[in-house]
Amino acid sequence: MLRYALKRLLSLLLSLAVASLVIFFVIEVAPGDPASFMLGINAQPETVAALRSELGLDVAKWQRYLDWTGGMLTGDFGTSYTYRTPVAEMIRDRLWVSLPLALYALTLSTAIAFPAGIYAASRRGKPGDIAVMGATQIGVAVPNFWFAMMLVLIFAVNLRWFSAGGFAGWDTGVWTGIRSLTLPAISLALPQAAILARVMRSSLLDILGEDFMRTARAKGLSRRQALWRHGMRNALIPVLTIIGLQFSFLLAGSIIIEQVFYLPGLGRLVFQSISSRDLIVVESVVMLLVFSVILVNFLVDLAYALVDPRLRART
Amino acid sequence: MNRNLIIGGLLSSLFVLAALLSFVWTPFDHAAMDIPAKLKLPGAPHWFGTDHFGRDMFSMIMVGARTSIAVALVAVGIGMALGVPLGLTAAARKGSWLDELIMRGNDLVFAFPSLVIAILITAVFGAGALNAIIAIGIFNIPVFARITRSAALSLWERDFILTARVSGKSSARISFEHILPNVMNLLIVQGTIQFSLGILAEAGLSYVGLGAQPPTPSWGRMLADAQTMVSFAPHLALVPGMAIILTVLGLNLMGDGLRDYLDPRLRVVRT
Repeated sequence: MLRYALKRLLSLLLSLAVASLVIFFVIEVAPGDPASFMLGINAQPETVAALRSELGLDVAKWQRYLDWTGGMLTGDFGTSYTYRTPVAEMIRDRLWVSLPLALYALTLSTAIAFPAGIYAASRRGKPGDIAVMGATQIGVAVPNFWFAMMLVLIFAVNLRWFSAGGFAGWDTGVWTGIRSLTLPAISLALPQAAILARVMRSSLLDILGEDFMRTARAKGLSRRQALWRHGMRNALIPVLTIIGLQFSFLLAGSIIIEQVFYLPGLGRLVFQSISSRDLIVVESVVMLLVFSVILVNFLVDLAYALVDPRLRART
Repeated sequence: MNRNLIIGGLLSSLFVLAALLSFVWTPFDHAAMDIPAKLKLPGAPHWFGTDHFGRDMFSMIMVGARTSIAVALVAVGIGMALGVPLGLTAAARKGSWLDELIMRGNDLVFAFPSLVIAILITAVFGAGALNAIIAIGIFNIPVFARITRSAALSLWERDFILTARVSGKSSARISFEHILPNVMNLLIVQGTIQFSLGILAEAGLSYVGLGAQPPTPSWGRMLADAQTMVSFAPHLALVPGMAIILTVLGLNLMGDGLRDYLDPRLRVVRT
C-alpha cells in the first residue's frame, strides 16, 4: 500500500510540475505588457521600466517561473499587478466563498442522488424507476446557470424567500452565509445529482447481478440485508470516482454560478483579473483549480486502493 | 429502431434544420432592432416574443442554433481527430513508454476543465467563439483517446487481429483497417454525448463572456442579456433555456438510442 501511495504521489508531483509549466508559458505568450497596460499609453518609458522592475517583470522568464512556483510552495503567490496586494490573500478571501459553495453543492448532490439512485435500482423497470430516470435525463440537459436564473425568479423575486444575489460575508453569521449560498448550491447540485443518481443506479444493478450477491441471498439474508452488507461497498466504487470528478467540476462550475448570484468568489476574481490583465492572479487561480482536480483524483485513487486491494497491483 | 432514438433524433434534427434554414430564411432579421416592439410576449407575429431591443427571439434562436451546433460539432471533430489516433497508438503499443506518455498526457489534460482552458485562452488571446471551440475541443481529446484505447485493447486480444498480424500487416495498418472500424460504433455514441456536452459548455462560456461575442447570436449570450430583465420578462430566459435543454435532451436520447441500436453491450463513460 505504501509503495502504491508513493508511486501515486510521485505522479501527482510530476503532473503538478508539468501543469504549472503549461500554465505559466501559455500566459507568458500573452501579448501586452502588464506594466504598460497599467500606466496607459502616455507613460514615459522610464516609468514603465521602473514599474516592470518593481513587478519583477524584468528578470528572465525561467527565473520568474522558478520564483512563481517556489513562492507557491511557501504560500506566496506574488503580488497582484492591479491591487498591489498579495495574491494569496485575495485568493484566500475568495476561497471562503467558492469552497463552501462547492462543498455545499456536493453534499446536496450526494444527498439527493443516493436515495434517488437506490430507489430507482430497487424498482427497476417499474414506474418509479422510469420516473426517476426521466427526471435525471432532463436534469442532465439543464444548464446550471439557467436553472440558477429560474431559482432566482421563483424564490427570490416572486416568493422572496432568499436574496437574489450577493454575499454578506461570514462575519454576519454562519446562517446568513449559508442562506445566501443556498440557491447557488442547489443550482450547482441538481444537474450533478442527476448524473450521480444514474451512476448509483447502474452501479447497484450491476452488483445485484453478481454471484456473491446470490450467495448472500442463498445463505438466508433478505434482499435488503444482502444489499447493505455486501452490495453497497462494491457499488460505491464507481460512485466515488464520479463524486471525485464532480468536486472539481463543481469548483469550476461555481465560477459560472457566481456570475448569476454576484458572489465574490474565485470566478469574479478571475474575470476581473482577465479584463485588467492582472495575469499573475489568473495564473494563480488557474493553477489552484488544476491543483484541486489533480489532488482530488489522487485522493480518490488512494481511497480505492484502501477499499479494493486488487487495484494496488496496477499502477 | 427504438423510442429513444426516434424522439432524440427528431428533437436534434429539428434544431439542426432550424440552424440550416436560418441561412436562407428567418421570420425576421435577427439583428433588426424595433424599439417600439420591445419585450413583446410570445404571440403573433413574434412567436417567441421580442427582446429589449425589439429583436425577434424566434429568429435569434434559429441563428443562435448555428453558433451552438458549429462550436460543439467542431469541438467533437477536434477531439476525435486527435484523440482517436492517440488512443489507437497507445493500444497498439500497450505498455511501452509511448503508451505511458500518451496516457499521462491524457491525465494532465483531463485536469484542465474546459472552463479553465477557456479562461487561459481568453487571458491570452481575448474572447471569441473560436476560444470556445478550442477549449471544448482540447477537453474532448482525452475523452476520445481513453475510450478508443480501452476498446482497442480488448480487440487486440482477438483472433482476427492475430490473423492480420500473422499475415504480416504492420500495427499501424491493423489499427486503421481492423481496429478503427470496430470501435467506430462506440465513437459515434460517445461523439453524440460529447456533442451535447459541447452545447452545454458553449452556452456556459458565452454566458460568462468567454465565448461568442456580440453581434454573433448565441443562446448563452441571450441568457446573459436576459439576466437583468428576467423578473419582468421571463420569456427572455425561458426561450433560450428551453432551446438548450431540448437540444441537449434530444442528443442525449439519441446517444442512448444509438447505443442500444448499434450494440447493446456498449458502455459509454459520461461524467
